[in-house]
Amino acid sequence: MTVGLWRAFCLVLHRELLLSFRRPDQLLQPLVFFLIVTTLFPLGLSVQLSLLREMAPGVLWVAALLSSLLSLDSLFKSDADDGTLEQLALSGQGLTLLIVAKTLAHWLMSGAALVLISPIVGTALAIPVNAFGIMMVSLTLGTLTLSWLGAIGAGLTVGLKRGNVLLSLIVLPLAMPLLIFGAGATDRAISGTSAEGALYLLAALCVLTCTLAPFAATAALRITLE
Amino acid sequence: MWTWFYRLASPPFVYRVAAASTPWFSVCAALAIGYGLTAGLVFAPPDYQQGDAFRIIYVHAPAAWLSLFSYTTMAVAGAIALIWRIKVGHAVAAATAPIGASFTLLALVTGSLWGRPMWGTYWAWDPRLTSELILLFLYVGVISLRQAFEDPGRGDRAAALLSIVGVVNVPIIHYSVLWWNSLHQGATVAKLGRPSMPGSMLWPLLSMLLGFMLFYGAVLCIRLRGEVLNRERQSTWVREAVKT
Repeated sequence: MTVGLWRAFCLVLHRELLLSFRRPDQLLQPLVFFLIVTTLFPLGLSVQLSLLREMAPGVLWVAALLSSLLSLDSLFKSDADDGTLEQLALSGQGLTLLIVAKTLAHWLMSGAALVLISPIVGTALAIPVNAFGIMMVSLTLGTLTLSWLGAIGAGLTVGLKRGNVLLSLIVLPLAMPLLIFGAGATDRAISGTSAEGALYLLAALCVLTCTLAPFAATAALRITLE
Repeated sequence: MWTWFYRLASPPFVYRVAAASTPWFSVCAALAIGYGLTAGLVFAPPDYQQGDAFRIIYVHAPAAWLSLFSYTTMAVAGAIALIWRIKVGHAVAAATAPIGASFTLLALVTGSLWGRPMWGTYWAWDPRLTSELILLFLYVGVISLRQAFEDPGRGDRAAALLSIVGVVNVPIIHYSVLWWNSLHQGATVAKLGRPSMPGSMLWPLLSMLLGFMLFYGAVLCIRLRGEVLNRERQSTWVREAVKT
């Protein structure tokens, strides 16, 4: 029995969300990691508020990148280990669409959650409240883009025993423009100047990866699965 | 037409062509680089602003250009190999990656040596410098991804896909001096209209560029032969080729 494309998409999305809710520790660990990393910077450098505010965008974005990277390793891993991924590939549905569902679920559970707790971190790093809006918009665009870049990287390294380090090596260079524009937008929001330019560039990167990365990730998975 | 195409890409043919063209590439590269170096370092007039320090451009600019050229070659070879399943494409990509990484490193090192007297610092977090550094990391990623797989065929295809994804970076590096306010000086040669350089400085530079490309060709031929031999080591033609 075959189901429609939309139905298959919803089924995979539902399954992924259900699986991550059943294992809340895996959901929480990257978020706690994000909090801990941002705590380390003020402890290691200085607790002067003015200095902290200058570093805040960079610290926030680096921590967000690292914490997303931490959860990316598990994107396809367990499904590849128990053969679910092969079943999905053989299911007769477009594999690209199912990967879109999986990556979207992953982003909802890691990226979106990270955006939601970012005001706490922002407060701790002395980011003014009126910059929270732009900070959260830029983080939303950035984490979504990063999930897509990560899907390509995770697809390429899924069959490897020690793919974790390699995954970082592959994804981080591609994510560097993201860090530049994301931290730039937050920085401008804090100093009170217009952050539109950097936000538009972030949105452009987001659209680019949302449209092209699913196909690249599918190709990557087909290479590593066959 | 296609059988002709595939015959052209057959490993023994590529091996023989690479062997035959290596001396040509080497001699021409030596001539072009020899002329470029003597004319550029000895005869070209000193720059009115930078004095003699500008002469490092004769190594820096060709190396930077070749770092992009090799990456594009690697991605195109990988794409050809992925699309038409031509195995030699993977061999070309695998042979190119370390050469391109070396050119990138050379461009970064000469650039920072040039930056010290001109900008007063070895390194600045400037768009062009940063994107060139990203290019180096991309090369490292592609090389290590290829080696990470136990099955070489799979590693080849994964590396080819990654190099195609990373090709987005090439236009960013090329146009970074135009798009952002960069510390790095703008384009001198490759722009519309007249190059902003007198002939006595320009010709050695173009000669160096040509020489670097020919040098790349020579090194690629040598490495490609090694790659092809290693990949085809089970086949009979390799045994015959090695025996003689």
